Amino acid sequence: MAGTAIRRRLSWQRADVLAVQREARRAYRLSLRPPDWSGHLPGQHVDVRLTAEGGYTAQRSYSIASAPQQPGIELIVERLEDGEVSPYLTEVLRAGDLLELRGPFGGYFVWPAGDGPVQLIAGGSGVVPFLSMLGHHRATGGLRQVRLLYSARTFDDLIGQAELARQPSTVEVTVTLTRGAPAGWTGLTGRVDARLLAEHTIPPAQEPEVLACGPTGFVEAVANALLELGHDPIRIKTERFGATGGP
Amino acid sequence: MSFVSRGFTGRRRAVPAGRLPPGQYDVGDGFPVLSAGPTPYTSLDRWDFRVRGQVDEERRWSWAEFQKLPRESVVVDVHCVTSWSKLDTRWEGVSVDTLLADVVTAAEFVVAFSDGGYTTNLPLADVTDGQAWVVDNYDGRPLAPEHGGPARLLVPHLYLWKSAKWVRGLELTVEDEPGFWESFGYHNYGDPWREQRYAGD
Repeated sequence: MAGTAIRRRLSWQRADVLAVQREARRAYRLSLRPPDWSGHLPGQHVDVRLTAEGGYTAQRSYSIASAPQQPGIELIVERLEDGEVSPYLTEVLRAGDLLELRGPFGGYFVWPAGDGPVQLIAGGSGVVPFLSMLGHHRATGGLRQVRLLYSARTFDDLIGQAELARQPSTVEVTVTLTRGAPAGWTGLTGRVDARLLAEHTIPPAQEPEVLACGPTGFVEAVANALLELGHDPIRIKTERFGATGGP
Repeated sequence: MSFVSRGFTGRRRAVPAGRLPPGQYDVGDGFPVLSAGPTPYTSLDRWDFRVRGQVDEERRWSWAEFQKLPRESVVVDVHCVTSWSKLDTRWEGVSVDTLLADVVTAAEFVVAFSDGGYTTNLPLADVTDGQAWVVDNYDGRPLAPEHGGPARLLVPHLYLWKSAKWVRGLELTVEDEPGFWESFGYHNYGDPWREQRYAGD
């Protein structure tokens, strides 16, 4: 399998925090300027490291939300109530701070090469790498067909609303809300299942590259349903997160 | 380095000293799932396990034959490169020593290969001498598909991506051949105690 091997060690660096802004009910957008940044592929992530007095450290991986064409990088972090790193990044960190990070990492779950159709399927903050991909798509002319199916709990949980509203005509964004919709909502409601996928995603006959990202249970259900619909597993890439789901 | 993240105190779970490699946290009761693609579902009557490549003779076990091999129970800590660790995980399966018992080989490396096309490479010396198992049982139950069932490799002293899910065999090789994540910028060896997460670490 052809990889984009990075053999140079990527060192920790201290990025300037330019802004921390609320993005959605539980998500915040961090605008960062790393001093040494040679670009990233849409879909890649960085590792963030926090250090306490006394040297204790905690690190986590976060997908990059911004397109490579944009200066600096943006992360969108969902606050997990019982988390250790995300509460700090969303409630303590502020403009003017330094944030240690290194990257970009991950050469697999990235914007697919070629000009064939691309189907993106996001659950919750799983939309973050897709914002980078859609930004890249727009910046590079936006010629290939792209569809995004995005499942969020409520309207207030929607991440990237501003970006998703201004997409080129080749991009079709479908949002489904799983825990109630506001009055006047014209999008979908309900969980992503095989029926919803059949109606609102690029059919397997067109052989789209499919990327699915979200919580484990969501991605597991989506990937199984995609196989049921007849998609070739070779064209399905997944990225799962979250500590839920028993053995 | 004396960098301190302003206002960060840490909320670490109490973990006995020496149990967590650097940069890891205890995930507690959770068991995250990370896989590159859909979960493959292979029926047990089509499942087999092979030892092939640089060997005197290829070995193959059907599921029924595999079930008759001597079994071992292990309780180990596992460490994922994405920084979670899970302590005292209980597995059951067949030691790789058992699977390689009579194999004559000049190989120094193995590539574990799986349903779905996943591969990962390891030095042969890291999967022998009681360091690796092919497990089909987790916490007293058959291993769930999303965690690698029907069977996965378990090499607990390396980051968990080396413990290939849905494993179907070991290919013995003379040369070291990078596997799936190893070709995408992750470390070739992956020792959590030396924090070998990415290439060059």
